[in-house]
Amino acid sequence: MNTLLDIKGLTVAMAGLGRPILDEVSLAVHDGEAVALVGESGSGKSVTARTALGLFPGGATVSGSVVVGGTEVVAAGPGDLRRVRTSVASMIFQDPRAGVNPVRRIGDFLTEPLRRIQGRSKAEATAQALELLGAVGMPDPPRHLRQFPHELSGGMLQRVMIAYALTADPRLLLCDEPTTALDVTTQAEIMAILGRLRRDRGLGILLITHDLDLAASVCDRVYVMYAGRIMEAAPSAALTSVPRHPYTRGLLGSAPPLTGPMPRLAPIPGAPLGLAEAVSGCPFAARCAHVVPGLCDATTPTLERHGDSQVACLRAAELIDETQGEGLR
Amino acid sequence: MWLRRVGAMALTLLVTSFLVFSSLYLAPGDPVAFLVKGRSPSPDQLAAIRHEYGFDKPFPVRYWDWLTGMLHGDFGQSYQLHASVASVIGSRLPSTLLLVGLSTVLIVVFGVGLGIFGALRKGKGVVVLVTVGAAVPSFTAAIVLRSVFGVRLGWFPTVGTGSGFGDELHHMVLPAVALTITFMALVTRVTRASMLEELGREHVEVVTSRGLSRSTVIRRHVLRNALGPVVTVSGLLISGLLVSTAIVESAFGMNGVGSLLVTSVDHMDFPVVQAIVLLVVATFVVVNTVVDLVYPLIDPRVRAA
Ligand code: SF4
Repeated sequence: MNTLLDIKGLTVAMAGLGRPILDEVSLAVHDGEAVALVGESGSGKSVTARTALGLFPGGATVSGSVVVGGTEVVAAGPGDLRRVRTSVASMIFQDPRAGVNPVRRIGDFLTEPLRRIQGRSKAEATAQALELLGAVGMPDPPRHLRQFPHELSGGMLQRVMIAYALTADPRLLLCDEPTTALDVTTQAEIMAILGRLRRDRGLGILLITHDLDLAASVCDRVYVMYAGRIMEAAPSAALTSVPRHPYTRGLLGSAPPLTGPMPRLAPIPGAPLGLAEAVSGCPFAARCAHVVPGLCDATTPTLERHGDSQVACLRAAELIDETQGEGLR
Repeated sequence: MWLRRVGAMALTLLVTSFLVFSSLYLAPGDPVAFLVKGRSPSPDQLAAIRHEYGFDKPFPVRYWDWLTGMLHGDFGQSYQLHASVASVIGSRLPSTLLLVGLSTVLIVVFGVGLGIFGALRKGKGVVVLVTVGAAVPSFTAAIVLRSVFGVRLGWFPTVGTGSGFGDELHHMVLPAVALTITFMALVTRVTRASMLEELGREHVEVVTSRGLSRSTVIRRHVLRNALGPVVTVSGLLISGLLVSTAIVESAFGMNGVGSLLVTSVDHMDFPVVQAIVLLVVATFVVVNTVVDLVYPLIDPRVRAA
C-alpha cells in the first residue's frame, strides 16, 4: 500500500515556549485510508495537519520528516511545496465563512486555481467548477457560480470549500474540524459527502477533530494527541472497545453516547497543558487518575505496542488488566 | 439609489451655499471700506456704491440673487480685480487642477506603493518614514524642499507657474511634493495596516495552501481585499487637497485658486471667497459620492445592506 502522508519524528518548537508545539509526532495515512487525529484544542492537531502542506508556524524550528506523496516538505523549496499543494494534498478548513474570500464570486474562487495552476481555459474551468459543485451536492451550480459568499449558508459554503479542495484533484484530503462551525444536521451532511468522495475517488483522508466518537465511527484508524504528542494510535474498533491510554478513556467518557441511556459523564479533570508550561515525564500526569509520583513525572513514555494499539503510557500494561477486571472504563 | 444620492448631493450644496453666504455676511468688517480704500467719499457716493454692489438690499434678497445668479453661471463680480468671479477663478483653475492632479497621482502611486512595500517587508523603515512624513506640515516641507532641491541643487524652479505643459509640470513638482507628504504618509499607513490585516486572514491561508503563487495571492486576495479603507481615506484626502493648495501656492508664489483664496480673504473680496469655498465643498461632496458609489464594487457585502 502506498503511503500518502508519512510524518516521522516531527518536532516543531518555538523560542519562548515552555514545551514544543509538536513533540516527536509520527503519523501515516495510506492510499484510500481515513485516519483521524483527535485531541482537545491546543493539542497540536491542526498544526500537524498544516505541516502536510508545508505550512509551519512562523519562526518555528522544525526537525523530523514529513513526506507527502513521496515529496519531503520539511525545508522544501517553493517548487516541491507547489507540487504537493497543487496535485497531492489539499485542505478543508474549520470555518468556511472565514475561508472563502468575501469579496469574490464563488465562480472566481473556484476557477482561479483551475486556470492559474491547472492551466485550463476559462470555459473548461467553468465546466469543471459546475461539475464539482454538483459533486458536493449544491442544488443549483450555475447560480452559485455568480453568488458571493455572504449569500450562502455555512453548510453550503463548506461544500464550496470541499469543491475548492477538489480542484487540485488531490489524493489526500486534510479536513481540519470540517463540521465544528456547522449545525448538527449540516454536520451529518458534510460527513456524508466526505465519505462518498472518499469511496468515489479513492481519497486518503486525515480528519482533525476533537470528537473521538465521530472519529472512530468514520475513520479506519485514530491517533489521539495531547500536548503535542501522540498518546495512542489504534484501529477504530480496538480504540473504542479497548481504550488503553487513560487520556483516551477520559475522552470516551466525557462525550455523551448518541444512542442508549445516558451514563454518568466523567469529564477529564483539569485543563489541557498550555504552551507555556514545561513538561517533565508524561504530559498527561497532572490530570491522570493513575499517575504514580516518582515514575510518571520522571520518565517520558514513548509509544509501545499493546495488542492492536500503540500506547504512550508507562502503566499501560497493568492498567489493561485493571480495566478488563472492571469490564472496561 | 442614484436619484437619492444626487438629491442628497444637491441638498448638501444648497445648505452649504446658505452657510457660506451668511457667514461672510456676518463677518466683521465692511467691504465698502475696502472698496473706497483711503478716499473719503461723500454719503451720497457711499450710498451709490452700496447700491451698485447691492449692499442696500435685505439679506434674503441678496442670497436669492446670488443663488439664482450662480445657477445661471454668474458668480458675481470680484471687488478686488474688477472682473467676473467666473473668469477670475477660471483663469487660475487650470494650474491648480494640474497641481491637484499631480498630487493625486503622487498620493496614490507612492502612498499605496509604500504601504504595500511596508506590509510585505519585515523592516521598520517604512513605519519610521511614515511617522516622520505625517508630522511635517506642508509649509515646513515647502521651505525645506525649496532650499534643498530648488536653491542648493537647482533641480527644480522655486517660484512661479511656468508656461507650456512640460514647464508647468516641472514647476509643479516641488509644490506637489510639499502638498502631499502628509497625505502620502497617511495613505501609506492605512494601506500597510489594511494589507497586514488581510495577510493574516484565513482565506489567504486557504489560497496559499492550494498552491497559488505568492504574487497572485498578494494581488488578487490581499491587496484586492485591502482596498476598501484605502479608497475611503484617499477620497477624503484628495477632496481636501484643494484647501491645502492655499498654503503651498502662496509659499511657491503660484497663481492658482489657493493663493487667490488667500488674497481674496485679505481684501474681503466676498464674491470670490464665496465661490471658492463653494467649489471646495462641491469637490468634497462629489468625490465622496463617487467613493460611496465605488465602494460596493470593492466590497459586495455592502451592496446587500
Ligand atoms: S504515564 Fe502515568 S501519568 Fe501518564 S498516562 Fe500513564 S499512568 Fe497516567
